[in-house]
Amino acid sequence: MWTFPKFLVRANGLTSAALLVVAFATFAAKCTPAQNTPLISGGAEFLTNTKGGSTSYIATVQPLIAAPLGPHLLVEGRAAFLQDFYPKGAGQTGYGRLHFSALTYLQLNYLAGSHLTVVAGEFLTPFGTYNERQTPIWISNFQDAPLIFNLGVGTGSSVGGMLRGSAISTPKFSIDYAAYYSAASSNPSFHSRHAWGGRASVYIPQKRLEFGTSYARLTNKTAAIDIGAHLWWEPENIPIKLRSEYARGAHSQGYWVETDYRFTRSVGADTVLGRVEPVVRWQQTFRNSPSSTDGLPSADTQRVDGGLDFHLPHEVRINTSYSRQLSSTGNTNIWETGIVYRFLFPTWRGK
Amino acid sequence: MSFWKTLAPILLLTTCLPILAYARNNSSNSNGDTKENKRTRQGGERQSDGERKFAQNCGRCHNPPEGFSPFISGTIVRHMRVRAALSKQDEEDILHFLNP
Repeated sequence: MWTFPKFLVRANGLTSAALLVVAFATFAAKCTPAQNTPLISGGAEFLTNTKGGSTSYIATVQPLIAAPLGPHLLVEGRAAFLQDFYPKGAGQTGYGRLHFSALTYLQLNYLAGSHLTVVAGEFLTPFGTYNERQTPIWISNFQDAPLIFNLGVGTGSSVGGMLRGSAISTPKFSIDYAAYYSAASSNPSFHSRHAWGGRASVYIPQKRLEFGTSYARLTNKTAAIDIGAHLWWEPENIPIKLRSEYARGAHSQGYWVETDYRFTRSVGADTVLGRVEPVVRWQQTFRNSPSSTDGLPSADTQRVDGGLDFHLPHEVRINTSYSRQLSSTGNTNIWETGIVYRFLFPTWRGK
Repeated sequence: MSFWKTLAPILLLTTCLPILAYARNNSSNSNGDTKENKRTRQGGERQSDGERKFAQNCGRCHNPPEGFSPFISGTIVRHMRVRAALSKQDEEDILHFLNP
């Protein structure tokens, strides 16, 4: 069985991964054209979360580095650094502090052909749309992931290999695919389950309509199958985005539907109305049988999230939201307000 | 209050907002729109392949950045090729749009 080199484990996986990426990036700078300079991107956020009367303060930085190596390779990785200040509760006054840092993914992409990319390393599990597309804090409309997030993706990352790409791309439609195999890993920085699966999507650009299906088979102890489907519609003439997902696991199932509006095209990007983005998401989960590991609520749950995002100049966004969660285990109100800054710059000035 | 009572006004709002915006778009388009104006606008606003693919693929998930260094345009597009499953042709068209 393959194991991580001892010096890497001893030196802390996250630090080692960062060193590897910097080494790759340095090498890349010497052998790639100027427009392929390695970049650092990501988001920084300060968020307040009031749930059931208790308010937490959370600061997060989520950097991503991408470094091309020659004409066919790309190394990319993303990490998360989080500080959570939360009320101690249980009769105690004051706040506790929780620090969390983790490597979200670190992968090597080999562009094998026009329609095939081979991926190796730790990568975001391709199931549904949320995990790969919406988890960057500067992209997601709501700070909280959907209730069904864990179905099909588990912790979110897999360690192994993946084949992905665009199978067909024409002006009328395109089909993309991703198929992966993940080994079980208990290393703190590269945690994953033994699983395989994939996703296939059809996109019709003229209608701006995308639909697809996902499959994940977990083979750890007892074989279990998660399936999913998604539908996105972003019509060109109406300033609405409709995104939805359904997922079903061995013990539970659920769905979420999210809509948001930008009036940029009708009133202009620099007007007050053009900067405002109302967002709504409703979701339901259904518990078929008890499970402590699938990450979904222990009882049938309904939740509606309503929010108002405000896009400020210089890549700054203010997110506000109110959520009402209803369940037989108790109803909850959740208020969140956050400010997010998106950054994107080269690691150094190109040649 | 039940879930559906909470949901009803939100559903109403989500239905009305795009209809209002669509009506506003249509009314502004119909004002003083001669055939000549339409032809000029269509010619002027005809999107290149790269611009169209950028809007359709990258804009599906996130807003475009306000700006970035030309030194990283190739890296951005290669990253997007992997993330958004773009074909090589799509990658080249978008790169040409970002870095003509």
